[in-house]
Amino acid sequence: MATEALTAPATTPAGPSRRRRRGIRGNENIAGWLFVAPVIVILGLFLLLPILMALWVSLTDWNGQGSPFTADVPFVGGKNYTRLFTEDGLDRRDFMTSIRNNMYYVGIVVPAQTVLALGLALIVNNRMLKGKGFFRSAFYFPSVTSSVAISVVFLFLFANSGAVNKLLGFLGLDGPEWFADSRGVLHLLLGVVGVDSPPAALTSGGPLGLTWWDWLSGPSVAMMSIICLVIWTTSGTFMLLYLAALQNVPVALDEASTLDGATRWQRFRYVTLPLIKPTTFLVVTLGLIGCWQVFDQVYVMSQGDPAKTTLTPAYLSYRTAFRDFDYGSGAAISFVLFLIIILFTLLQRRVMADRDGSRRGRWWRRRVPEGS
Amino acid sequence: MAVLTDRPAAPVAPRADRGPRARVNRILGYAVLIFFGLVFLYPFVIQLGNSFKTEPDAAANPLSPVPDPVTLAGFERIFAGTNFPLWLGNSLLVTVLVTLGRVFFDSLAGYALARLRFRGRAGLFAAVIAVMAVPGVVLLIPKFLVLKQLGLYDSYAGLVVPLLADAAGVFIMKQFFESIPVSVEEAARIDGAGVFRTFWSVVLPMARPALITLTILSFQGSWNEFPHSLVSVQDPHLFTLPRGLADLVSGSLGKGTQYPLKLGAALLATIPVAVLFVIFQRYFVRGANEGADKG
Repeated sequence: MATEALTAPATTPAGPSRRRRRGIRGNENIAGWLFVAPVIVILGLFLLLPILMALWVSLTDWNGQGSPFTADVPFVGGKNYTRLFTEDGLDRRDFMTSIRNNMYYVGIVVPAQTVLALGLALIVNNRMLKGKGFFRSAFYFPSVTSSVAISVVFLFLFANSGAVNKLLGFLGLDGPEWFADSRGVLHLLLGVVGVDSPPAALTSGGPLGLTWWDWLSGPSVAMMSIICLVIWTTSGTFMLLYLAALQNVPVALDEASTLDGATRWQRFRYVTLPLIKPTTFLVVTLGLIGCWQVFDQVYVMSQGDPAKTTLTPAYLSYRTAFRDFDYGSGAAISFVLFLIIILFTLLQRRVMADRDGSRRGRWWRRRVPEGS
Repeated sequence: MAVLTDRPAAPVAPRADRGPRARVNRILGYAVLIFFGLVFLYPFVIQLGNSFKTEPDAAANPLSPVPDPVTLAGFERIFAGTNFPLWLGNSLLVTVLVTLGRVFFDSLAGYALARLRFRGRAGLFAAVIAVMAVPGVVLLIPKFLVLKQLGLYDSYAGLVVPLLADAAGVFIMKQFFESIPVSVEEAARIDGAGVFRTFWSVVLPMARPALITLTILSFQGSWNEFPHSLVSVQDPHLFTLPRGLADLVSGSLGKGTQYPLKLGAALLATIPVAVLFVIFQRYFVRGANEGADKG
């Protein structure tokens, strides 16, 4: 690894100071552990230990009274988990509803923010335009603000007689009551083509406690407002990643293809896009990881309503534990969510590692001295 | 105002950017730029304008940025009718302590992982990388459990201590320390300076850019932090700004409109980070790129 490559030559003692050096190294064993001790204590106590505690709680029926680590707390084994997957009931229906909601959320947010981020980066990277610095900052600014504060603003924008509905009014459209509207977007689209009532084949059954018709609802109108908010806040961050990638595209390559007679679209499609593919992969996987963690916006804007159509696994686990006092179930939902997110993280790390195994050294050297 | 570029802009290539077609392209480019500029900034303009409006005005003309009449009623009610000053104080306290803690502890650990040779270093670094992958949102119930168990629930300590170190910060600092030439500290060591002394008075001053980045990331992160305060306190006197704001919206006042008040409170909560952003943009950008690369 780069670390070793860097320190090794420098610490190979040269001549006279060898003995002294060894003394210092002896010191370093203790010093090293002292230096990392605060971080180990804090992360161990408030990250690793709690995860183990929650793992235990997810195997019990603890209701929040007293300590979960006494003999009085009923141990239920894997029951909290099986109730989410195999036993028909409210728990499974809520959980599967939250999974469905989050899948539609991911399905829209990830492609939309990726495309928007790339688009913004392309405009802002255009050499012919002036004032790009200002716009770059403007696009990025929402990303750094408080998710709670921004959610408050969007509550106002999407209010019944709010700014968004006013704008739709100018276009001659009747805006919905965003936060009260639990109708699924796919259902609405089907309604447009004349399918008003669900075909019986789809309502009679379906996998995992929801009917096919429910699975195929699409995100609700209420969820769409949260989706808009999230695309709006995160595109700026990803734009920066694309911008860094675009600035690494050699100008000569672009020019060579221009001389070869490639059109602007061809240059983008066959030169730029392949070159920034790693960044696209990064943006997509970071998006996938982030999207399964949506919580703040749901808490502030909708609390899972209307009709549970903005319920997400993260919010459901919180609600199950802290509002229904079913901590075991809540913790179980957390762990399932953990698993989902970790899968995406591992996928990302695997591919990134394959990709820059040979470039690691260059990677940090390129970045760190900047601005120093 | 090319503040956000980390690299110097690519040299302007000799190309045909004159002529009618180029002009049309340029106008089109500006149109797109301005359209998106409005999309990204106008919500803040609306927020600003509406926080100075009367309630009927905000309800009737939500799109207009101009209050008619201008009133401070919303802000007066923020300070008289809510616990806003208290939330502000709590947020400041938490943010300052967390930022100091993170900068100090993350630097210490980052330096040790980059430079000191001690048994278990490689394993520790692997652990740091693993910890970075733990999504914060699955820690809600776990954190609540441990704070309860340690008797820290519903206290300032519970609000602050768990946030005093973060794996991403350790990672950033380690990367930076590795880029500083070893010879500098070797010299200090040979002069007889101890490990901490070398770290504190030789290496740390050289790490200014990384320290600023980490300070800003920590400040922004802890100022905006919401889920942690949700599971670590329930006493309204311990609410931080995001928590108080969330309570204002979803709690008793939530169902009424009161938009000038809510938008005003959200605006005040946004200002510190906004000011920081304007001053230190390029560090924000570096933070964003570091954050992505860590994955």
